[in-house]
Amino acid sequence: MTTAVVNDGFVLRSLTRIGRVTIFLMHMLAQCGRVLARPGLVVNQIYNAGGRSLVIIMLSGLFTGMVLALLGFTLLQRFGSEDALGFAAALALLKELGPVLTALLFAGRAGTALTSEIGLMRATDQLTAMQMMAVDPLRYVAAPRFLGGLIAMPLLTAVYDVVGLFGAHAVGVRMMGVDNGSFWSQMQSSVDFKDVKEGIVKSVVFGFVCSLIAVYEGYHAEPTAEGVGLATTRTVVASSVLTLLLDYMLTAAFI
Amino acid sequence: MDVRDAHYSVGGRAIFSGLSLQAIKGQITAVMGPSGTGKTTLLRLITAQIHAQAGQVHVFGENLATLNSRQTFAMRRRMGMLFQNSALLTDMDVFENVAFPLREHTDLPEALIRNLVLTKLNAVGLRGAAQLMPEELSGGMARRVALARAVVMDPELLIYDEPFVGLDPIALGVILRLIQEMNQALGITSIIVSHDVHELASIAQRSYLMAAGTIVAAGSPQELAASDLPIVRQFMSGAPDGPAPFHYPAPDLASQFLPRAASGVVA
Repeated sequence: MTTAVVNDGFVLRSLTRIGRVTIFLMHMLAQCGRVLARPGLVVNQIYNAGGRSLVIIMLSGLFTGMVLALLGFTLLQRFGSEDALGFAAALALLKELGPVLTALLFAGRAGTALTSEIGLMRATDQLTAMQMMAVDPLRYVAAPRFLGGLIAMPLLTAVYDVVGLFGAHAVGVRMMGVDNGSFWSQMQSSVDFKDVKEGIVKSVVFGFVCSLIAVYEGYHAEPTAEGVGLATTRTVVASSVLTLLLDYMLTAAFI
Repeated sequence: MDVRDAHYSVGGRAIFSGLSLQAIKGQITAVMGPSGTGKTTLLRLITAQIHAQAGQVHVFGENLATLNSRQTFAMRRRMGMLFQNSALLTDMDVFENVAFPLREHTDLPEALIRNLVLTKLNAVGLRGAAQLMPEELSGGMARRVALARAVVMDPELLIYDEPFVGLDPIALGVILRLIQEMNQALGITSIIVSHDVHELASIAQRSYLMAAGTIVAAGSPQELAASDLPIVRQFMSGAPDGPAPFHYPAPDLASQFLPRAASGVVA
């Protein structure tokens, strides 16, 4: 009985939350047309979400590629097929590690920044002041940040993949002695556009979800220091869990 | 602005129970009351951020409950609001803060926007601070920038939320003078929500005193000062206890400080 009530409460709360996020998304999407007419607003947010995340994305991509090459080389060497290292690294980065790790890093860097920025604007009455100036904060604050994150994520993923491949090349070719020509030619001949497409689709979906969560949580944060802190935490937790869940579903769909 | 028999409650606690008041065009109307009586909620009510659960609120002759979102925004373009904490946009400098409503609502050429913004900043004495960021301003300066922003669209109604809180005597005098000038020179109808009795008495033509969710007294500041009502006398004289109690409802002292004695245990 108690379990049923708890479950009912959880289900009801979850459905309510999904409903609220959907309504928020619909309102925000209704403003996106007008926002795109002022590209300056979106470009600023692409810079904030994407440009400012570049260093952490590049560093993480580099180290991921290096680790991938070390592990891949050790594994492939057992079967005498270390020449396939370029192919293996490219496949792992393009299909899985690139989109997923970029999304997790995005949630931790840009997502938290978005949530706390909007939450603080709420706490200091800046959003109310906009409403009082007859400016819809959904149009001026939420929609540009959402679109900025949505556009920045695939670009960051591409950067992550490219830097990761150079990291794998540096370790595999220069340190482990894999043939340079084999590294690139195996990659070129074996990676299909379908693999690239899977990575692009994933990065767009993750960008959509992570940006939506970050903006929603900031917009609905309690206007207190604790409220903004809790909203920021919820952004990281929800974005990370949903990224991993959706990754599984998308991977299954692409097989 | 006309509030008629408004009722509003949150979580079963009544904030307004039959609140009625009017602001007359071209006049400065003061709404006073002890902390926690719902003064800021009243401002949210007359700016259509919330709606009365019963009764009516009319602004510019329009019943706010009947306005859709587009009409509400159109109505807000005719009013300006000065927030207690100024609410300047922190990612813009002073100039851009004041220019913000003009950029959002007009297609004026940049040169004209520049002239309008500098004119408004000059009126509040901060033309020289146009390039400063909000975090570089003192509380009084931020309040003056917010005032310049509130009047840059030449509103018909200007609403002030606790405009005197936290100001030093010089800044207080400047803000008082500016409010009076806005009203007299531009004919802007003003509603000031505050609990600073003496400051309001010097500029308001009509005052309302709120308590327990309704208006308990109305009249000129002089009439309020001469009132015999206990709540008005307590508020105007600043007496700590009276109809508005000093103590929040609590159990009796003995039961909290001497629990053993209260339960009959003798040492």
